[in-house]
Amino acid sequence: MMREYKDRKNVQKKSYYTDRFYVVPSIPKESVESDEIFAEDFKKLKEHFKIKEAYIQRGQLVVIINPEDNKEVLKFFRDELDYPFLSELSANDYLAKDGEFEIFYQLLSLNKRKRARVKCRIKESSAIESVYTIYKSADWAEREMFDLMGVNVNNHYNLKRLIMPDDWEGHPLRKTYPLQGDEAAQWYEVDKIFGKEYRDIIGPEQRDPARVDRKDTKNFVRIGHEVPYGEKPSDKKTHTDYQEEDGVFFIDEFKKSNSKVLNTRR
Amino acid sequence: MAQHKVNYLQDSGLPIALTTVDKLVQWGRSNSLWALTYGLACCAIEMMASGASRYDFDRFGTIFRASPRQAEVMIIAGTLTKKHAEFTRRLYDQMAEPKWVISMGSCANTGGMFNTYSTVQGVDRIIPVDIYLPGCAPRPETLQYAVMMLQKKIRKESAFQKQKPKRLV
Repeated sequence: MMREYKDRKNVQKKSYYTDRFYVVPSIPKESVESDEIFAEDFKKLKEHFKIKEAYIQRGQLVVIINPEDNKEVLKFFRDELDYPFLSELSANDYLAKDGEFEIFYQLLSLNKRKRARVKCRIKESSAIESVYTIYKSADWAEREMFDLMGVNVNNHYNLKRLIMPDDWEGHPLRKTYPLQGDEAAQWYEVDKIFGKEYRDIIGPEQRDPARVDRKDTKNFVRIGHEVPYGEKPSDKKTHTDYQEEDGVFFIDEFKKSNSKVLNTRR
Repeated sequence: MAQHKVNYLQDSGLPIALTTVDKLVQWGRSNSLWALTYGLACCAIEMMASGASRYDFDRFGTIFRASPRQAEVMIIAGTLTKKHAEFTRRLYDQMAEPKWVISMGSCANTGGMFNTYSTVQGVDRIIPVDIYLPGCAPRPETLQYAVMMLQKKIRKESAFQKQKPKRLV
């Protein structure tokens, strides 16, 4: 009897290429005409601007536009369509997939009780026009987007880092940024306070929280068996008490034998 | 008016106590540890609780000061971010000697669960630490115990020698 033949030539590559992770199904899209208010908004919008795509997702209008039109479209949304709030503005990183950022503007209309989202895509090297003159809330949101994603914003009056320090290198919310930081991030505080030459003295960060070193110099792993710095770890139990054995100057030693435990309140 | 009674049969009939200057200074130092209010995250809530009436830090002589010039012990209570690290170092440098540091909670000790690019993985990377206090967050009793251990440490130190430069890491 022969064993059934299985092609094992490309086994490792195969498992690499298959998607091993759960892919969230995308939210179903509905047509704009399914909602009266959005249909009217979209009709007005279509007369003035070129719209790439428009749909309704979870009861919110999503409009995809050209990135050059962003200022005019948002002005139209605010003045003509009555969306006075920009509640959120940020970018998504699609650099690995398409070499682009997706920028979205989340709008809110209190009179219509509706939310709309304007999306556009820009290349990494290009820049988006600032909209802080239309919505004041875009000021810090654009700075945050520039800080964490590295999206360039044109004509912003004060485009500098908002969250990370000014001399930080890289943009931490990009998909390519390592969670535990690149080299500049890992040595940031050491470089800044002591200088680069102190890297050797201080040593690299210990970033494995599950690491247990049974031969550590202070015997920290074994609680109750710690030793002073420099001494060899031993099994001897360390007695830690907050008072010296011969008592403390001016302070009476607390003796447990002299204390009285009350079982009932007096 | 309260009357001070002197026991003339004790201490040769004098209302005095004999000791060394060293012990007197140590006693004074260890029982008036003024702490810098340095709450960085949720541990600060526990630090505030230990300062408030139920746990009452004042009876140890630990009074929170808002200036590093008046403080002797720095209780790092919370997550230290890399952006903030230089200010921590500056505040530590501004404290007058002798000075001590208590690293309170997991985040200050090792970075804790914030194993990320923006968190300092242990404050001992930038300032020398005397007492490491584990817990997330440590209860006020634990902080009291840490202060008592620090008092014990101070009582062991020589009062008039300059503080030995502490190990950084």
